[in-house]
Amino acid sequence: MRCRVCKDPIVIELRQHNAAFCEEHFLRFCRDQTAKSIKKFDMFGTDDRVLVAVSGGKDSLALWDILLDLGYTADGLVLGLGIGEYSETSTEFARAFARDREATLHEINLQESYGFDVPTAARETGRVPCSACGLSKRHLFDKTAVELGYDVVVTGHNLDDEAAVLFGNTIRWKDDYLARQAPVLPARAGFPRKAKPLVRLGEREMAAYCVLRGIDYIVEECPMAEGNKHLEYKALLNELERTSPGAKMQFYFGFLDRAAKHFEPEDEVEHLISACVRCGSPANGEVCSFCRLAERAAPVALLPTRSGRDS
Amino acid sequence: MKVRLRNPQRDIDVNESMKAGALLDHLDINRESALVIVDGALVPLSHHITKNADVEIRNVISGGAT
Repeated sequence: MRCRVCKDPIVIELRQHNAAFCEEHFLRFCRDQTAKSIKKFDMFGTDDRVLVAVSGGKDSLALWDILLDLGYTADGLVLGLGIGEYSETSTEFARAFARDREATLHEINLQESYGFDVPTAARETGRVPCSACGLSKRHLFDKTAVELGYDVVVTGHNLDDEAAVLFGNTIRWKDDYLARQAPVLPARAGFPRKAKPLVRLGEREMAAYCVLRGIDYIVEECPMAEGNKHLEYKALLNELERTSPGAKMQFYFGFLDRAAKHFEPEDEVEHLISACVRCGSPANGEVCSFCRLAERAAPVALLPTRSGRDS
Repeated sequence: MKVRLRNPQRDIDVNESMKAGALLDHLDINRESALVIVDGALVPLSHHITKNADVEIRNVISGGAT
């Protein structure tokens, strides 16, 4: 097989596109697919300030790299989640990338700023670790973006992530979640705009992108992710993809094109009725979900003090 | 060939040369969920791996992204 573009020797085959690429044209393909998503879904423009939610994994670092190469003003934010060596190593990869690309990386350490970490939060609240982690991440990325004046928060969710989430929401018919499963969510009171520019690219492509670009990332899985349902759904979908190349793309983009509209609420209801009395973030009651989590995880801990180190 | 599997990490020996895709099949690894890296370079599934190569098979599936 030869590169679809230049006929040079290939580094990767992409069966879902019935194509294969050399290194140069595969990297260009990744950039083009990202640019296509940004444009098609009107995610953000070149004048917008973009905050990349960085984990130290392949997707967020690849996304950050691509956005910088595409000429966007993109800074990163990494969270110290306190998951032992895994968190430390992940943060180091984020710092190394920021140094190499001379990019701005904001850091917030959950323990230092809020008095608890993800394992403690999961234990004290009875939540599964991924739930406590996801809640903390969403809150801190949103809050930081609003406070620092970023126009949009972008995450490294890729096609495999979105197809797996869609699969999980579909088999349980979670209408509310299906209504919000979009590549871009507009800003609303207290929340920044959010976008997922990698939705046209799969996990295998993002890992290959990092290998070819020499981007070091945390390869090992989070030790707290064991039993994560999305991993199970991804395995199922990859079995389907093995025999039906393109199935994940057809499932996800078919949903966006043909089904998503049926889950949109008839009337936009503003559910957020107040600002959290502790942190000022949007809340359904007096106290937002994150501050309730913090109260239970760190009863002696204190009102948040923004910390962090910018590099 | 020496094969290092990552995420999770373990090392095995495979005593025959074969194509990268066939190696994944031999190890019962879905071709959609892994990369094959030979002597430090990413290779396509059609790449023929020699017996004395150092091979890394990298699982690319992770729980979620930020």
